[in-house]
Amino acid sequence: MLTLTHYLVLAAILFAISVLGIFMNRKNVIVLLMAIELMLLAVNYNFIAFSHYLSDTAGQIFVFFILTVAAAESAIGLAILVVLFRSQQTINVEDLGSLKG
Amino acid sequence: MSWADLNLMPAMPEIALLCAVSVILVLDLFLDDAKRSITYGLSLLTLAGCAALTLSTLNPYPELTFSGMFIADPMAGVIKLAMYAAVAVTLIYSRQYALDRGFFRGEFFTLTLFSLLGMMVMVSAHHLLTLYMGLELLSLALYALVALQRDSARGTEAAMKYFVLGALASGMLLYGMSMLYGATGSLDIAVIAKALAGGTANQTLALFGLVFIVAGLAFKLGAVPFHMWVPDVYHGAPTAITLLIGGAPKLAAFVFVVRILMQGLEPLMMHWQGMLVILAVLSMALGNLTAIAQTNLKRMFAYSTISHMGFLLLGILVGTPEGLSAAMFYAIIYVLMSLVGFGILVALSRAGYECETLDDIKGLNKHNSWLAFMMLLAMFSMAGIPPLAGFYAKFAILKAVVDVGLVWLAIIAVVFSLIGAFYYLRVVKTMYFDDAGEVPPQANGTYWVLSANALALLALGVFPDKLLAICIEAMKQSFQTL
Repeated sequence: MLTLTHYLVLAAILFAISVLGIFMNRKNVIVLLMAIELMLLAVNYNFIAFSHYLSDTAGQIFVFFILTVAAAESAIGLAILVVLFRSQQTINVEDLGSLKG
Repeated sequence: MSWADLNLMPAMPEIALLCAVSVILVLDLFLDDAKRSITYGLSLLTLAGCAALTLSTLNPYPELTFSGMFIADPMAGVIKLAMYAAVAVTLIYSRQYALDRGFFRGEFFTLTLFSLLGMMVMVSAHHLLTLYMGLELLSLALYALVALQRDSARGTEAAMKYFVLGALASGMLLYGMSMLYGATGSLDIAVIAKALAGGTANQTLALFGLVFIVAGLAFKLGAVPFHMWVPDVYHGAPTAITLLIGGAPKLAAFVFVVRILMQGLEPLMMHWQGMLVILAVLSMALGNLTAIAQTNLKRMFAYSTISHMGFLLLGILVGTPEGLSAAMFYAIIYVLMSLVGFGILVALSRAGYECETLDDIKGLNKHNSWLAFMMLLAMFSMAGIPPLAGFYAKFAILKAVVDVGLVWLAIIAVVFSLIGAFYYLRVVKTMYFDDAGEVPPQANGTYWVLSANALALLALGVFPDKLLAICIEAMKQSFQTL
């Protein structure tokens, strides 16, 4: 029998993977965008699990909003990525170090 | 609830702004570059209209609408008025700068106004969903604005860093919100507070969520250890956009923090107070110490922002009405100072030339003593030297901190402010006593508004009572029981 805890642990694992993905990734900016997406999905998982166990639909409505915002967010992220590649000819995370101090 | 019960009046400024931005967005398509001043004028007119609407709907009590998702209270009203002023001033200062760099276009105005709309929703939100939507509307518009100069390598790099870290912060905040939802069974700020106070909430889950919420808020405020994006974004963005980011969003972030922590999570205060103490002390320490090592003024202001946010957190963490109204006063004064500081950098930049290092303002006094004097006012005010407004703002916060018995915290704050005074005074020394380099600093255009802004720092320093009384009154009325 699956309990609420199972869902929460799965969401926590997904969330941890995405945070690690952001901090440990030194190669490619696109992977960062994927990690961000995964993070939002982990949150969605949480909301749906709580919503089901509380028998309250508000959490599921929240998920729709998060999905919509995530789409807008990746659109902007990819747009910045294209502009970045045009000006620097690279999307390697390690090469993005011109701003320091 | 039927349609007849729907009260749109409290949200009138937001609705009007949304309609106006949509009109500006479409209208701009039909204008050629020579007629961009029409959109510019319309944007300023919109801001004036919103200010009039906010003033006319301002009530001395909190008013809920949209089933409790949206609130119009005096705190939101006063902060919104300050935000209109900050955004209008930003548009006026950056006009020549944007013209010189080819982004005096529709997208600059519409994105700025959309970010303002996001801030207004953030300030008036009374539900985790509306808080999140407002925050995202603000953030998404700002990401795009930072990358507005598409051929600038620095600008796009800053935008990418801002985007990734901003999205991470939103993710943390959302994760915390989901835990809070699970613990209390509601997304409404008032219901959450009631559930936590009544002991019907799951305490463990709520505390777990609280940690993530505080981390997300600290990211958005730019408090240490979540500050990494601030210097890079301030440095990399075009100065006109830095001016925008350093202004009104700080006011919105302040209300955002108050709304979540004070109105929603007040029963958990003893838990978040300790976290905020750590954030505040670290921010003041690292901000002030690192700023000393900077030669780039935009980076220096970024670290100074971090230290000011630490100071602002002091006012919030005491949790008393005095502390909150002092913090509100501090936020408004801080925005005024930051607008003068960045406004002068914008005014000194020309086509193909960015004024941004200490060397660039050497000998400013000889070439333009009025600009140098205004910069001096801003620097003295940030350092907290009487009789400027910054002094009184710091004083009010310290008083609130001492009143709740946290004397050691006040002492730490004073010590780091003294250390911070060093780099502010270094700017003054560079302007007044150093000889100009090969390119003498030159002002670009006129600056009536900038002068008024700088003199306001002096005026508010001499007569702070009026504004402080407004802040105290607004806080008192906003926190009366709903």
